[in-house]
Amino acid sequence: MLLLLILMPLGVAGLSLLLPWYQTRSWLLPLGGGLHLLLVSVIITGSGSITGLWIGLDPLSRLVLVVTSLLFFGCSIYAVGYLNLRRDRGNLVIVPCLLVFLSAMTLAIVARHLGLIWMAVEATTISSAPLIYYNRNRLSIEATWKYLLLCSVGIALAMLGLLFIAYAALVGGTMPVSLQFDTLLSGAATLSSPWLHAGFVFLLVGFGTKMGLAPLHSWKPDAYGEAPGMVGALLAGGLTTVAFLAILRAMQLMIAAGDGAMARQALLGMGLFSLLVAAIFMVRQTDIKRMLAYSSVEHMGILAIGVGIGGVATFGAMLHLVNNALTKGCLFLSAGNIHRAYGSKKISHVQGAVATLPISGGLFLAGFFAITGSPPFGLFISEFTILRGIFANGQLWVGLLMLLLLGVVFIGMGGTVLSATQGEKVKLETGFKDSFLLVAAPLVFLLMVLILGVYLPEPLQKALHEAAALLEVQP
Amino acid sequence: MIGRITLQLALLLIFAPLPLGVINKTKALFAGRVGPPLLQPYYDLARLWRKGFVISRTTTWVFLAGPVVGLVVPLLAALLLPFGGLTAPISFTGDLILFVYLFGLSRFFTAAAALDTGSSFEGMGAAREVTFSCLAEPTLLFSLLVLASGAKSLNLGALFGPQLAGQWQNGNSASLGLIFVALFVVLLVENSRIPFDDPNTHLELTMVHEVMVLDHSGPALGMILYGAAMKLMVLSAMLVRIAVPAQTGSLLFDLLIFLAGLLMLAVLIGIVESTMARLQLPRIPQVLVGTTLLSIFALILVLR
Amino acid sequence: MANLLLLIVILINFYTLGSARLVACIRGVALQGALLALLPLATHGPTGHALFLGAGALLLKGIFIPLLLLRTIRQVRIRREVEPFIGFVPTLILGFLVTAGAFIFADFLPLAYEHHEGLYVPTSLATMFSGFLILITRRKAITQVLGYLMLENGIFIFGILLSAAIPLMVEAGILLDLLVGVFVMGIILNQINREFSSLNTDRLTALKE
Repeated sequence: MLLLLILMPLGVAGLSLLLPWYQTRSWLLPLGGGLHLLLVSVIITGSGSITGLWIGLDPLSRLVLVVTSLLFFGCSIYAVGYLNLRRDRGNLVIVPCLLVFLSAMTLAIVARHLGLIWMAVEATTISSAPLIYYNRNRLSIEATWKYLLLCSVGIALAMLGLLFIAYAALVGGTMPVSLQFDTLLSGAATLSSPWLHAGFVFLLVGFGTKMGLAPLHSWKPDAYGEAPGMVGALLAGGLTTVAFLAILRAMQLMIAAGDGAMARQALLGMGLFSLLVAAIFMVRQTDIKRMLAYSSVEHMGILAIGVGIGGVATFGAMLHLVNNALTKGCLFLSAGNIHRAYGSKKISHVQGAVATLPISGGLFLAGFFAITGSPPFGLFISEFTILRGIFANGQLWVGLLMLLLLGVVFIGMGGTVLSATQGEKVKLETGFKDSFLLVAAPLVFLLMVLILGVYLPEPLQKALHEAAALLEVQP
Repeated sequence: MIGRITLQLALLLIFAPLPLGVINKTKALFAGRVGPPLLQPYYDLARLWRKGFVISRTTTWVFLAGPVVGLVVPLLAALLLPFGGLTAPISFTGDLILFVYLFGLSRFFTAAAALDTGSSFEGMGAAREVTFSCLAEPTLLFSLLVLASGAKSLNLGALFGPQLAGQWQNGNSASLGLIFVALFVVLLVENSRIPFDDPNTHLELTMVHEVMVLDHSGPALGMILYGAAMKLMVLSAMLVRIAVPAQTGSLLFDLLIFLAGLLMLAVLIGIVESTMARLQLPRIPQVLVGTTLLSIFALILVLR
Repeated sequence: MANLLLLIVILINFYTLGSARLVACIRGVALQGALLALLPLATHGPTGHALFLGAGALLLKGIFIPLLLLRTIRQVRIRREVEPFIGFVPTLILGFLVTAGAFIFADFLPLAYEHHEGLYVPTSLATMFSGFLILITRRKAITQVLGYLMLENGIFIFGILLSAAIPLMVEAGILLDLLVGVFVMGIILNQINREFSSLNTDRLTALKE
């Protein structure tokens, strides 16, 4: 079943290469995404966990899988509308690449072998590079180059981290060396701890590059800024979550080996630093997409802080993971609409978006309130839970610093967003109009975040608790 | 003691010009020429010795001291160093410092003699020469320290003594390999060989060492050339010893191995000179810094 | 034998760090890759597995990728110098410092009994860091690729220690990653060249704060 989940998008990608019709090819995206979502829902309602040698499903991966699949389906619907606007670019490259990207992300989520996770993450890098290069101009080349170079280096370092962990098992010496995750977990106590620590640091740096934790985030603003809206949404909501999952795997290993404290410290430090960097660069940002990229850095930082604190905050981080992915989807897609409409993403050109494009502009504004954690949106709950965890843990200064930085982010982001959305109605030269395909997905995403803010369904709550439990110290 | 000193000095005095001949012959063969006879350096020295002096009126005694010190220093230095399997005639703790700075002394006098002429060209040559050897000196010292920490002694006789063969076998072979490379570069720099300097050039702007001795003539020039040949041989002796630490026990065989090694090294220098072009002047310090780092690295390898 | 190879690998690191000519750098990295192809054989003896790994490394690291890069600089108008951000001597000194650091750091790590004699771990770290240095101190896109290759070489050295212990798949992963990574980079290099008519990443500076 899981294998089908991975192979199906590849099959659709192959089909898209064979079909000669532009429109049909575009519609293959929602087809693949819908099938994927359908399969995922069948799988998660079916049984709790699937264990396997190479691929399997545990509460953590189940959560990420649902989020990713949902996000991709939304983006795929948006993509049909978007590709209709960009007929001059062709879709022979972007459609298969998006589907391969989906397949690679799925593999990275369900893999139970560290080597397989690594290969899948590498595959996401390669399949997403053409997506960022979609516009084929100088700026997108620059963005793609930085993305490829930094992520390749990051992934190489992650490889080294894997090798270190394998070596830790070799030096530990009591079991056959294997990178199979369950084997590693059960034998974690015998791993040689200097090698394990070094391995964890390299994995954190390597996958942290992919996730966009500061100071390894510098590809993010460029790549998100130059990529089409739905690609930005997939990168910010899907790919970063997948990379975060890979880091959580390393974290699980550290906890099983009894070194959870060190791993938490490292995550907490990187998380706070990401928050700080994001807050600094967010102020007076003049480009709405780059602003969203820094917001992504910020939220990755919050996730890292949540897991770094542990306890209630871990639950908060899991909830935040869901909220962040959905809100980023809404924001990037509506920002993409604004970009298309104004032909620019600088606030010097973009003004009065709410008056000009009532739906997209309104969604963008509402998304801004959601992402900065204003009630009644879901992010308020999750950020509040994380803060509660911090204060309950007695780390007063961390909590205060985080509150302060969140305040700075709110003000900085607000300045940019308000100047883009408020103002007189302007006459658009591009003739862009909000259409159903272009606004349906962000609207649904926003509604979901809103629902999560007022009511947390019982199954989801259970799933979140199960996922968070994996990251706690087993008695 | 006296016997050993005599033997060592005799070896040096007799064989010093031979490697130069070998180098020139190798270069000639690479260029497809017949080349000068192997013994040409001897003929040159003899010819210079028969000539008369011309001494500029502006110079002082320093001008003559240069060649004399240049001749005496390699002779003294040779007494501290074992030639091949022979033992060093004079040996005391810390003599490796003396060894390094004896060459410093000779360089000082050569440079002073060059400055004494008052010619701007010679001043330029002196400045370059001093700069390069100042950069080469750390390499030499660090390489000797590598050997010293392997031998647990600060005495050249022991450094290049019989224990050297053992060091190739235990873990130190890596650092020995490194310092062989580093010392080979020092050898090329100190003896003004390509790619750092060209002993055959006669264009003032490109000369480094040669320009310093432009004003010397006759026997004084002969002394300088002879001194340079002996310096080449003394420094080569170190390299030969590192590369071939074998010791047969019989004096004659040890001697033959040493001389054969010396000639092989001369061929190697000839090959380097034929296959490489001169380095751009600003690149030379970079290379020398590189070799210094290499020798420090070798030291770390030994000490760790 | 293996240690001698590793020593030469370190020397090539220094050579590449200090080299001013682009072609010389490419040759250096190619030679390094070819030497690394011998390393599995020197470590594990001529088993089928080691032969496969060595052949793969030789073909990819020693022949295919260097040829690709050489072809690229032949095709495009490009200055043959390396153009560093910081001078060669500081780079060399930095390279030396990271190498020394790698040796000191490696001493703190416990090694499996059979790896005590080898220089694998320090060489691997030193090569990685040298690659990193090239990556961040050089101006051209193509030298950044070279730095990446060197980084991969360092990881490969460490991988050899484990090639008997973990399945072939992961090592194949290393080679595959290298191939695909450089291949995609090569395509982008061509695009950069077409758009900017130069491979200097200096011009890739429109996107910044």
